[in-house]
Amino acid sequence: MVHLSGEEKAAIATLWGKVNPDEIGGEALGRLLVVYPWTQRFFDSFGDLSSATAVMGNPKVKAHGKKVIDSFSNGLKHLDDLKGTFSSLSELHCDKLHVDPENFRLLGNEIVIVLALHLGKDFTPKVQAAFQKVVAGVANALAHKYH
Amino acid sequence: MALSAAERAMVRALWRKLGDNVGVYATEALERTFLAFPGTKTYFPHLDLSPGSAQVKAHGQKVADALTLAVDQLDDLPGALSFLSDLHAHKLRVDPANFQLLCHCLLVTLARHFPGDFSPTMQASLDKFLSRVTSTLASKYR
Repeated sequence: MVHLSGEEKAAIATLWGKVNPDEIGGEALGRLLVVYPWTQRFFDSFGDLSSATAVMGNPKVKAHGKKVIDSFSNGLKHLDDLKGTFSSLSELHCDKLHVDPENFRLLGNEIVIVLALHLGKDFTPKVQAAFQKVVAGVANALAHKYH
Repeated sequence: MALSAAERAMVRALWRKLGDNVGVYATEALERTFLAFPGTKTYFPHLDLSPGSAQVKAHGQKVADALTLAVDQLDDLPGALSFLSDLHAHKLRVDPANFQLLCHCLLVTLARHFPGDFSPTMQASLDKFLSRVTSTLASKYR
């Protein structure tokens, strides 16, 4: 469970309304693949990931980023039960996709960085702290069903 | 994990842009770290960590000066940061996991202030640079 104050929940809701989730997802996933190239191991079928330009422009990266962020958006609506919300995704990532949960933490931090890029001065230290709680909660929820 | 010539050039270019304000950004990074990751505050019971604290500002400047030194001495980080490696290993004994947290908040700070300069390749270069600095800091731990 993520412990957020009323003020933090309000700040998150306000700021999430200011970003375009479609762009955020692709950018965060793209940056993950560029900054930590070993994460490309999960995306052999995505085609050209040979340069930063190729990664950031890759339509499959954008599409998958959108999928991820839509799921994240859904999580924001269920902050009181992230484990329940992400239960089947957790099983999927363990049993079928075999993704090391460390990657959820890395991607969560990329989402935070992309928010800083887009929100500028609105992304105050307090707001960042609230989002860090959320990304940590989502990462833990996604790892919860691992066995 | 050495930095390529291109990566060094990117880091140096951004550092030139930061100019005399490295301390300002390092201080903001510290503030973000203390707020987002409260466990990090346990290393500073002797400081006033409230927002705007002069002591945090002073510490931010220290961090900034060390990073600027590192940017200038990319060819010999162990040599340039030797004093700090000793300090962190034997006196401060900060768990190295915390370095990642501060590095992340430094990247967030730079992204927030310099979005136009923070391309994915710049981010990768900075991340690698900070990674090298922190592994140098932790190099004498055991």
